[in-house]
Amino acid sequence: MDHIEIRRVNYEYKANERAVTALRDVSFGVAESEFICVVGRSGCGKTTLLNILAGFLAPTTGEVLIGGRAVSGRGLDRGVVFQDFAQLFPWRTAQRNVEFGLEMKGVPRDERAKTAQRFLGLVKLESFAGAYPHELSGGMQQRAAIARALAYNPSVLLMDEPFAALDALTRDEMQRLLVDVWRETRKTIVYVTHNVAEAVYLADRIVVLTPHPGTVKAEVKVTLSRPRDPLSMSFVECQKDVVGHLR
Amino acid sequence: MKRFVFGTVASFGFAAVIWEAFARSGFFSSALSPSLVVIVPALVQMVVSGTIFVHIAYTLYRILWGLGLAALAGVPVGILMGRFKAVERFVLPLVSVLSPIPSLAWVPVFILWFGLGNAASVALVFYAATFPIILNTWTGVRSINRIWIRAAETMGAGGGELFWKVVLPGSLPFVIAGLRQAFARSWIAVVGGEMIAATSWGLGWVIFDSKEFLRTDVMLGTLVVIGILGLGFERLVFQVVERRTVGRWGMVRTAGA
Repeated sequence: MDHIEIRRVNYEYKANERAVTALRDVSFGVAESEFICVVGRSGCGKTTLLNILAGFLAPTTGEVLIGGRAVSGRGLDRGVVFQDFAQLFPWRTAQRNVEFGLEMKGVPRDERAKTAQRFLGLVKLESFAGAYPHELSGGMQQRAAIARALAYNPSVLLMDEPFAALDALTRDEMQRLLVDVWRETRKTIVYVTHNVAEAVYLADRIVVLTPHPGTVKAEVKVTLSRPRDPLSMSFVECQKDVVGHLR
Repeated sequence: MKRFVFGTVASFGFAAVIWEAFARSGFFSSALSPSLVVIVPALVQMVVSGTIFVHIAYTLYRILWGLGLAALAGVPVGILMGRFKAVERFVLPLVSVLSPIPSLAWVPVFILWFGLGNAASVALVFYAATFPIILNTWTGVRSINRIWIRAAETMGAGGGELFWKVVLPGSLPFVIAGLRQAFARSWIAVVGGEMIAATSWGLGWVIFDSKEFLRTDVMLGTLVVIGILGLGFERLVFQVVERRTVGRWGMVRTAGA
């Protein structure tokens, strides 16, 4: 059985007194420890879908199951990383940010510090544990945000274009790091992006969403072995395949 | 630090020159607008005799009590207003009606209620200080970055923990701005209150009492003392708190003077 099951999810909202369908009949599963990318142009409902998975929004009809249990609202079984660098708490150092979820779980102080340091190490930020977010670069802030989302040990990591606002070089570095983190932690990842090359680099499987209303157009399995070479023929072929579905 | 000293000396020197020119211009008689040559010795004498410190202590006691109580009441009310629409709808009309009433307009009422002395002055300061704190905190909560709340809730924060660990630090720049404004208003209230409601002690009382004896030198000396206390609080309390919190966190640019 899949770790995440999305079953015939519909999402409607009202705009100017008119009902707008953001998602129609979206169904797919995500296996345990699988890395899924949801790809689509802006307005296709991919962020809405992620917000439903995170529990920020409730589907109009349909349901989402994680580990066999229906999602209703937020939960510590999921970690969320947003695009906005400002997601870290400015009044907490990198380490104290990472400790936040553990604090909420009631983990004692010493253990909290140890766990936080371990996850900061995982994202290569151990020497910045005492730095405040405004003292970190954009890439470092996003790494800290990943560490924070993982530290309280959720089974699922939800990511909403976390690297979209970074420069290309930093983004490449972050993608490599994320793959390493994923291999190390074996989390189930749902990663939303509009960047096809990024999706092909990261994902085991790509779910293509098309807009008006948001529906699953195709699912593309990426069988390339890791680490992937974005300049190889097979990589480019796969990219073409996904882009074809987006047209 | 050096730049601060230089800037302060320059601006105070400028003000002193202007005053001295005014005092010696003959616009008013020298008994009404005394020269610094008269004011400074009067001030020194109050310092040497120690009476000025007793007056300062009384005034600060009233301000700190009033301001402290106002912060204890105003910050939670402001936060609740920002978080809950129902609280906002209930409190905002009251605040809007009460806050434009000058605190000094309450002096006669407070004298009848509390009598002459500390209680009336503290109540007055409380009245003057509460509304700026409420209004600024409320604004702070409304302007908080929503993503912090969302991230915190994702990690299981709610209720009191969300309040203490996210909403309060997140709105702190505004809370501090509110306290600053409240502090300034407190001086207006306390000096005014002491002129009418105080007995024998307090800076406002000194100013008022000196009028009876035409001691303009004492009067103006006391005004200088109030100014210096204000500067001291700004430098040693507000700026230090700001530097160590919201400045350190990169939420505001730290003040330079």
